Amino acid sequence: MSKKKQRGYSQDVVGDGINSIQKVMEPPKGRSNRGVKYFLIGVSVLFLFIMLVLPLVVVVTNALRDGWDAYTEAVFDEYTVHALQLTLFATVAAVAVNTVFGVFAAVLLSKFYFPGRQVLATLIDIPFSISPVIAGLVFILTFGNIGWMGDFLYQYDIKIVFAVPGVVLATIFVTFPFVFRELFPVLNAQGKDEEEAAALMGAGAFTIFRRITFPHIRWTLLYGVVLCTARAMGEFGAVSVISGHLRGKTNTLPLHVEILYNEFNTTAAFAVSSILVLLAVVILIVRNLVEWKKK
Amino acid sequence: MRKKILLGIGVMAAIMLAGCGKGSGSGDGALELLNVSYDPTREFYAEYNEMFEEYWKGKGGEELKITQSHGGSGSQARSVIEGNEGDVVTLALAHDITAIERSGLIEGGWIDEFEGSSAPYTSTIVFLVRKGNEKGIEDWDDLVKDGVEVITPNPKTSGGACWNFLAAWAYEQQQNGNDEAATKEFMKKLFQNVLVLDSGARGSTNTFVENKQGDVLIAWENEAYLSMQEYPGEYEMVTPSVSILAQPSVAVVDKNAKKHGTEEAAAAYLEYLYSEEAQRLAGEHYYRPSDEGVLQEFSSQFDLDMNLVTIDDFGGWDEAYETYFEDGAIFDEIYAE
Amino acid sequence: MEQQIVKVKNKKGVRVIPGFGITMGVTLAMLSCLVLIPLASIIISASKLDFREFVEVVTSRQILSGYAVSLSCAFFAAVVNGIFGMVIAWVLVRYDFPGKRILDGMIELPFALPTAVAGISLTFLYSDQGWIGSLFGKVGIKIAYTRIGITIAMIFVGIPFVVRAVQPVLEKLDRQYEEAAMMLGAGGAYTFFRVILPELLPSLLAGFGLAFARGIGEYGSVVFIAGNIPYKTQIAPLLIMSKLEQYKYSDATAIALVLLLLSFVLMFVINSLQIYMQRFTKA
Repeated sequence: MSKKKQRGYSQDVVGDGINSIQKVMEPPKGRSNRGVKYFLIGVSVLFLFIMLVLPLVVVVTNALRDGWDAYTEAVFDEYTVHALQLTLFATVAAVAVNTVFGVFAAVLLSKFYFPGRQVLATLIDIPFSISPVIAGLVFILTFGNIGWMGDFLYQYDIKIVFAVPGVVLATIFVTFPFVFRELFPVLNAQGKDEEEAAALMGAGAFTIFRRITFPHIRWTLLYGVVLCTARAMGEFGAVSVISGHLRGKTNTLPLHVEILYNEFNTTAAFAVSSILVLLAVVILIVRNLVEWKKK
Repeated sequence: MRKKILLGIGVMAAIMLAGCGKGSGSGDGALELLNVSYDPTREFYAEYNEMFEEYWKGKGGEELKITQSHGGSGSQARSVIEGNEGDVVTLALAHDITAIERSGLIEGGWIDEFEGSSAPYTSTIVFLVRKGNEKGIEDWDDLVKDGVEVITPNPKTSGGACWNFLAAWAYEQQQNGNDEAATKEFMKKLFQNVLVLDSGARGSTNTFVENKQGDVLIAWENEAYLSMQEYPGEYEMVTPSVSILAQPSVAVVDKNAKKHGTEEAAAAYLEYLYSEEAQRLAGEHYYRPSDEGVLQEFSSQFDLDMNLVTIDDFGGWDEAYETYFEDGAIFDEIYAE
Repeated sequence: MEQQIVKVKNKKGVRVIPGFGITMGVTLAMLSCLVLIPLASIIISASKLDFREFVEVVTSRQILSGYAVSLSCAFFAAVVNGIFGMVIAWVLVRYDFPGKRILDGMIELPFALPTAVAGISLTFLYSDQGWIGSLFGKVGIKIAYTRIGITIAMIFVGIPFVVRAVQPVLEKLDRQYEEAAMMLGAGGAYTFFRVILPELLPSLLAGFGLAFARGIGEYGSVVFIAGNIPYKTQIAPLLIMSKLEQYKYSDATAIALVLLLLSFVLMFVINSLQIYMQRFTKA
């Protein structure tokens, strides 16, 4: 740690020197750089426009293609409202669980040395790389009638799959690593000198976390929570496998979109999608605010 | 240290158990009935449920709350097997219900429980073409011509698509006098013309109607009517000379109904499908009523002179599935050049 | 010197910071309940097949072609995302221009948009009747219902991975080196490829790996835009669904297991490469 700081410091001195020299030398290079700059910005904007903005435009134009009345009717439909409630509930539950996990796991892996750290970190990443189809299937093979816990659950009439708990579990699963992934690099880079000092001075685990660790990760945590929220709301594949599509019971918004689409109700499907787009945009605005605050 | 680890594990386990238990309680006093059905029946059952609730109350039955679930027929059957506790299933083909029977949820002999092999309404396979029918599609042999683009779902992922396949197969067998090798060649050509092989029947209809792909959609009659109703003046229906009698079957899921105490209501729910008013409702939703009298009322709507084979001509579903759709069976052969 | 002493202490297992037990307990408990135990069910289910059956299932021609389609399309999608992700990250870190914040905020949209909605919209755009598809249709290129369509859907879902992996590293990158290189007379391109890129490569690879893995498993958006024609545009996750529709759970989980192992090996190779390169650049 101290060594690194030392290096950084000495480099800063040299760096300032170079900066000032460079300022003198800059003008001749300016023109070609500006060309590159606008080219690259153009490429980025074009790419994001085609890949991201156009699909959203499709959603919005199709949602409004039968007029405003049809739009509001679809959005305030009884089943849509119920699906929205379930989506919000599952999202809040998933984010709560994953935040608790993310904080504990990130502290564990960044502040303590123990054998198998790498393995543990890799295991946490599994849900990132797993196909949503498999993610849903996994819970059916565990808690469903054909799963090894199926008989037990059937006997005691505990419903997990094809009921709300299954939807929540699937949502938790697919967003599991998000908060951890955000926190871990920050805590890792921060090192553990401060915590060790506090511990040597006699502070307890909770005090150390509250007074030293937490202030370092406050904004990153919020950022992770926002990302996790965005992903949890939009989850489709895993939830689709596990929900049973019970109208007014286990349909989340993304599933409701699929059902409407399958009912030839394309306009309503896009109208409901536009709620999700709107929520996503709101969340990303929040994310930007958090980022801005962090800096 | 170990104690603390155990403590942590204990706390988490408790939280999780509490979380799981929460969602399991089921609601208010009304008797709940869950009908697990397939995609195109939504409008029909939405109206039928109201009708039945009235009827049930009139008969002195308790307050009923009927919930619907729709999706591809096969995946709906699977969800019941996996623990979606439907009291009744109303699916696209008997094969899917037999699969539920094998899991032990439905007692054997369900197919004779209700009239007409437990199929209260039927349908058949027809073609949907774009207005004007530019490619001049009249019968199955027009589908194998060069440059005709066909849309049909994959029989391996969509139960309903098995009917499509079998209808085409029956046509060619009749044409060439049961020459199986020639029929395979015919099917090969037909599927070479398939542009998009969607995973479900509704997906195919959307590909054809919404994304405007292909020249002809092989579809259920009721789907074809529904598309024409949704997009008036854009599509035409063509009835081939030979087709198949598609029998969507219904059954009470005995084990679930017993568990929920809904056996009586569930049986009555399916029985009432055969009543005159329900049959008429089915006709209005473009299903062919099984009641001869009601069917005649719709004689202007349905082409009643079509030459229809039945699944029994293929030796029943078990045999048909084995021969045509199992892994490595005829459908796979067609694609494995 | 001081640092070394602390390290030795840790190796012997003396921990200064309290709270190891509780964090370890909570982490392990949650990980097992929510991820590991459910995942074990896949292995249990697949193990109902004996070894020969397993091999037969996962190496049948149709399944192999499914892997090939998923892998090749995911690879191309990840390459495209690697290049454009790099450019976007560069633009977001190094340049100031109006609307930059909006651009930055959009990157995560693919996370938030349900894959089914993405699939439906992309099909709408790229089918030969769609806004973009009709343009390409005029020059005779079909996008929707071909492998190009699958690749596009995979590009869509993978965009955030590369950008968000490269961006923070680029932000922290010491500018002194490239300035020094420039001063020593290196051109812009030379500086980028010889000085900046090696520094970014580990994170670029990490993002590439995540985008690749995500693409292999993607189902919801791809299934709408792929034609699902066997041997041509059938992706591996669709084959899993197809096996499930035939009530062959063991077969389905066997394919799933192979898919899982594939993305594991992939992540492992990329992680190792990353560690190797970090060592190399630091030494």
